[in-house]
Amino acid sequence: MKTLKLFSAVVLVFALSAFTINTSDKGYNIGDKATDFSLENIDGKMVSLSDYKDAKGFIVTFTCNTCPYAVAYEDRIEALNKKYASQGFPVIAIMPNNIDVKPGDNMKSMQTRAKEKGFTFPYLMDKDQEIYPQYGATKTPHIYVLEKTNDGNVVRYIGAIDDNYQDAKAVKVKYVEDAVDALLKGETIKVAETKAIGCSIKV
Amino acid sequence: MKQFFLFILIIGLPFQDVKLEVYDYDGLEPLLHQKDDKVHVVNFWATWCGPCIKELPYFEAVNEKYKEDQVDVLLVSLDFPSKYETALKPYIKKHQLKSKVVALNDTDQNRWIAAIDENWSGALPATIIYKGDKRQFYEKSFTQEELETEIKQFLKK
Repeated sequence: MKTLKLFSAVVLVFALSAFTINTSDKGYNIGDKATDFSLENIDGKMVSLSDYKDAKGFIVTFTCNTCPYAVAYEDRIEALNKKYASQGFPVIAIMPNNIDVKPGDNMKSMQTRAKEKGFTFPYLMDKDQEIYPQYGATKTPHIYVLEKTNDGNVVRYIGAIDDNYQDAKAVKVKYVEDAVDALLKGETIKVAETKAIGCSIKV
Repeated sequence: MKQFFLFILIIGLPFQDVKLEVYDYDGLEPLLHQKDDKVHVVNFWATWCGPCIKELPYFEAVNEKYKEDQVDVLLVSLDFPSKYETALKPYIKKHQLKSKVVALNDTDQNRWIAAIDENWSGALPATIIYKGDKRQFYEKSFTQEELETEIKQFLKK
């Protein structure tokens, strides 16, 4: 009975979404070209997507130190980088918050956190808060999987890392991995957009 | 001995049962679609969410101020279950929240965020105001004035 209820709810959501006009014109949709950037990394160097000559794409991750949802995903973000950087899809993490509002996200705290957790991916600061609005990121964590093409970096997936923010062991669907795997195999991404709970980006 | 009991009573105070109803989305759903004449203000928040905590007193204030006008505030906490005892219940108690507080514990975010509102990106705080079939969704922080302005839209006949 419960599955039936769940099923009806899912069907209802799909049915409703079919008639809902997406009024959000902010940020990228699937298929849009994503902007490159030059942002400061925790090691003081500036990082751009164009630095990655051999990349096939990117897992651009808006995240921070201070949001419990982002913290819950830290190890999983690191695991994504470990698994996919060598296959041509490195994680590029960007901290979008205004550090006057969230001092716990300042460069020093970012450096400390990266060291504690052993991040192997760049952890950049969107200091002028000009990059995240172009992507349309609204919260942390918020993921954009990009595919590098001759025509620029194309947005292929937007949303959550997986379907369980509380418990990595209980995850059933790994949205980001499925998306990157599909790109690596040259297949179509089945779920290109998901909703993710998160902390609003502090402006 | 008497002192000992007093001691127990005092350290026991913060744990004194603040009743907390915990729902998955299917359980919460009816509370988001009550068919009565009240104006329902549903706020999604968490104790760790800075902007949520900032606006929470405004929700408490309107709950009190518009009680006579059949306005009902529901605070839906998204605190993690591990924080119910250590953060959420103590917060409810400390601030003596008058509005009803429930907790949503449902990890399938991709399902329920869209079900609550198609335009919700999933960022906290978020608020729904509804009365019968009329409803409005807000992914934003409120000032008390803004909140009252929105509620008044629903009070008008």
